Order: sequence, then C-alpha cells, then structure tokens
Amino acid sequence: MAGARATREIDIAALPLDERSKYLRRLVVRTLHGGERGHVGSSMSLIEIMRVLYDDILRFRADEPKWRWRDRMILSKGHGCIAQYVMLAEKGFIPYETLDTFCRRDSILGGHPEAAKIPGVEASTGSLGHGLSYGVGMALAARIEKRDSRIIVVMGDGEINEGSVWEAALSGGKHRLSNLTAVIDYNKVQSAGPTSEVQDLEPLLDKWRAFNFAAVEVDGHDVEALRKVFQRVPLAADRPTAVICHTVKGKGIAFAENDANWHHKSKIGKDVVAQLYAALE
Amino acid sequence: MRATCQNMVYDLAKRDKRVIFIGSDLSPGLLAGMKKEMPERWYMEGITEANVIGMAAGLAMEGYIPYVNTIATFITRRCYEQVAVDLCLHELPVRLIGNGGGLVYAPLGPTHLAIEDIAIMRALPNMTVTAVCDAKEMVRLMNCTLDWPDPMYIRLAKGGDPIVSREENGFAIGKAIPMLRARGRRSIVLMSTGVMTTNSLAAADLMSKDGHDVSVVHVHTVKPLDEATVLEFADGAELVVTVEEGTRIGGFGSAVTDVLVEKLGVSIPPVLRIGLPDAFPHKYGLQEELFEVYGLTPDQIAARTLKSLKVKDKVA
Repeated sequence: MAGARATREIDIAALPLDERSKYLRRLVVRTLHGGERGHVGSSMSLIEIMRVLYDDILRFRADEPKWRWRDRMILSKGHGCIAQYVMLAEKGFIPYETLDTFCRRDSILGGHPEAAKIPGVEASTGSLGHGLSYGVGMALAARIEKRDSRIIVVMGDGEINEGSVWEAALSGGKHRLSNLTAVIDYNKVQSAGPTSEVQDLEPLLDKWRAFNFAAVEVDGHDVEALRKVFQRVPLAADRPTAVICHTVKGKGIAFAENDANWHHKSKIGKDVVAQLYAALE
Repeated sequence: MRATCQNMVYDLAKRDKRVIFIGSDLSPGLLAGMKKEMPERWYMEGITEANVIGMAAGLAMEGYIPYVNTIATFITRRCYEQVAVDLCLHELPVRLIGNGGGLVYAPLGPTHLAIEDIAIMRALPNMTVTAVCDAKEMVRLMNCTLDWPDPMYIRLAKGGDPIVSREENGFAIGKAIPMLRARGRRSIVLMSTGVMTTNSLAAADLMSKDGHDVSVVHVHTVKPLDEATVLEFADGAELVVTVEEGTRIGGFGSAVTDVLVEKLGVSIPPVLRIGLPDAFPHKYGLQEELFEVYGLTPDQIAARTLKSLKVKDKVA
C-alpha cells in the first residue's frame, strides 16, 4: 500500500451478492428465527469475511476441532456470532438443526459464543476488546513451538473503542507477530449510531500502521478481493497484519442497512422473519 | 516472600516447559537468568494489564502455564473483567502473583493498597485465592501450582517476613493448617490468612500467658476454603476471631462466616472479624504503622479478642 490515507476515502463497490452469500444470509435468518432474536446488522456485515475465511483460507478439521496444526480464528466481536455459527454448520462442526436452537435454554448456541460448548469456537467472546490479546498469546505459543498456525482475530469497529485492543496492538507490534492478523469489520455503525459520531476511529489505517502492523483495506463484501487479501497474509514478514474490511451494517437486507436500530433485535416474530427472507430474494 | 515467589517461577520453568513468566513493568533485571536462558518464555509487557491477562489466557489456551506478576491492585481491580472472562470463564491455569497485598505499600497511598483483592478475587467462579504466611510456605505453594487446574491469585506480603510456617505441617492447596491447638474444645479460635497468621500466633501467645485456651488456624487458601477444618475448630468454640489484612466486606472473614452460617445455623459460635473498615486508608508511613492504625498488631488482636469475650459474657 502506498502512503497512509484516510480509510473513509475507500468506497464499497456495489457488487450484487452472489447466490452463496444470499444462501448464507438465509441461514442467518433461519437462526434468528430459531432464537426469535439476535444481532442482525452485526452478523450480516460479517458474512463475506466469515465465508472467505472458512471457504478459502482457514486450515481446520471439523472432525478434530482441537487439531494442533489448525489456524485459530477468534471472533472477538462475539455478538456477530450467527455469521460464524452458519459457517460452522456449513463446514460440519455442528448440525444445521442446531441453528434452530439459537438462544434456547439448553442450546449450545448462545447470543455470544462459548468455547466450552461449541466445537470450532476458540474462545468465549461477547465482552469486547478481549480477542486480540488472546491472539497475541496464541501467536507467541505458535512461535515458541515453531508451528505455522495463523492466528486471525476478527473485531468490530465499535469494539476497537476499547483501550485493551490498543494495548494488545502494542504487544503484537513489539513482538513482530507476523502470524497474527487483526481483521476489522468496519461497518461504520455501532450500537449507539455512526462510529464517526460516537467515537471516531479515523484515520484508522494510519492507526494500525502506527502500531507496527502492516495494514491494508478492502471491500469487505467483495469475495474475490477478500480472498486475494487473505491469501497475501502476512503482508510483511516482520509485522502483524491488519485487514480493514469496509462493510455495510445489515448488508443484504435493504431496509436494515446502515441502520443502528437493526444492530440487535430482541423480538423477531414470523412477520419480521418473512420480511428478512423477502429482502434476500 | 516476593523474591522467593519470583525465583520459584524460574525454578518451575526449568522443570516444566509449559511455564511462562509475564510481568508488566517490574524491576530492571528481574529474573534476568530466566530471560537469558529461555527468552521465549520470559515477557515484560509494560503497563498493559488488560492485555497481559488476555495474552496469558491465549498462551494457557495453548497448554502453557503463565505466571503473571505485577502490583496486587493492578492485577486484580485494574483488569478485573479480563480476569473474570479470560481466566475464570475459560478455566485456565494462569497464576496471578500480586505484589504488595494488603497494606504493604503504605507509604504510596490508597491507589497502591490492595485492601479488597481477596474479596473481589474470591467472588469469581473458578478462581483460587491464596495468601501464604512466609517465604518457606511460598515455596511449598509454588511447588503445587504446576498441577492446579484453575486460575489462581497468589497474594504476596512485604518480604523478609518472619518464618512461622513449619515443614512438618505439610502443604496442600485448599487445606488449612492448625498452627496451635487449644487444650479444650471450648476455646478461643483465631483464624487468619497471609502474614496475619504471624500476628495471630503472637496474639495467641499473649493470651495463653494470661491463661486463655487458644487455637490458631492458618488459612493460606481462602478459596476453596477448607470448610471441614473451619467447622472442626469453630463448632463449640467460645469465640471465633478472623484476622485479615484486608476489607471485612467479602474478604477472608466473610468466607469463614459464610460457612459458619450455612453449616451451623443457630449453633454458630460468637464471631469477631478483625480486618480493615469500609474506607480507603488515608495515612502513609510503614505497613506496621497501618497495622497499628487498624488494630492488627499482636497486642491489639489479643486485646480486641479479650474485649469481645467480655462483651459476650455481659450479653450472656
């Protein structure tokens, strides 16, 4: 990447969603239907990031979730977990039927993911700003063992308001952890409203570079572009990588896009489910 | 105790490749031998407590046993949520070594005084809370830490503390140690943790000289509490006195009374809880001087105990 620049200058290409992206979003709606609640906007913005990581990038064994040589993907923005749950079903970690139990009393799938319950989930998340430090520890462990696992930590833009994220970034940069990648789902809208108003993150690309990360930005809904970026990781041999994914909150559901009111819904009835499915036609 | 604990980390690291040391911003040259010999297992991460706990969690998730060390207030309340979520929720064998438990940092003022560390650590599910009484006992504790499955808080005293523990008493995490046994069942029972056991033994000595029948139970593990030993000594006691260098709200004394209330019900013996009041300490000076301010010297413990006995007799 040439020189630092304001990340907000990047426009998201208005590429139409392909059939797989729509299909995955329908699985998200199925899950929301099961729980009659959930983080709608936060999950929809993540879909292509999760899709590309699980379809093309991550090394894992669904029948051996703790396989030592796997890559570690930590969904630090745990509230976007439905996007991960559908990929875990897609890859055979959990049955599809489990999605229908979302948030039910005895389900393994809660509103935030728990590592002790769900095969394929590395760490319990939900409280924000924890994942990157886990990633630093995991990346150091891989280095000690000379193990080539990659550690990928997916964070939300609101999440990186947390000071602990920047403490972890200091450590990641200091230790030159090229096996560590921070991914930002930069959908520009947090629970209270636009990130630019609540707690402006710009210049975000500069920030990560200033913390000694090799940082790049990408259209977070462009499957091909995401694939290319993640295939280039690590972007530098002596530094961690930061991939800033420009996304749209609620992507794919026209009436929910960029609307903070769709960050989370606690009552999702059949009528809303029908509207969500219809939006994905 | 502090140097012994830190040196034990190096010693354990030589024995076990899973051992990692993570400090925040500690003394220059700390564990220099370990740093030189095994640099991939020695970290000094700066004043980033939240990150340090998460980093330790990440290492523990991969099978390591990180020993994290910084000042007690900062390793407990500064990063309380990380301790709760990263360590306790995940049930990871991370060791938190808190320098200067209680009133050790007296001259440095209330920001550095760990008066509620035991109380808040104790409130967390899966957390083990320890406060040994001297350097010799620290060695015994540290030798048990490799195989303990849960996160553990290790409260350190000032250092150079008098040696009162005895090898023949043995040591097991979660097992209280009777240091002094009264002749009869209906006796005064002092229960204490950390270096307050030293002061309690001295207080017991004073009271014994006056003809009182006194037991001293040293509770180096506040959680999990050795309920059996607490009940064995408390049941039928004339007076149970808990002594701690920390807040009375939710601390060691609370742990003891929780058990007594739950298990003995209306048969609960009279209890006096000696500890710190619900207030930030606002005096400086030495730790020993603050002991005096808060009634934690041996003389004061003995006097408060005997006064409590008299009050009890009056009520009766």
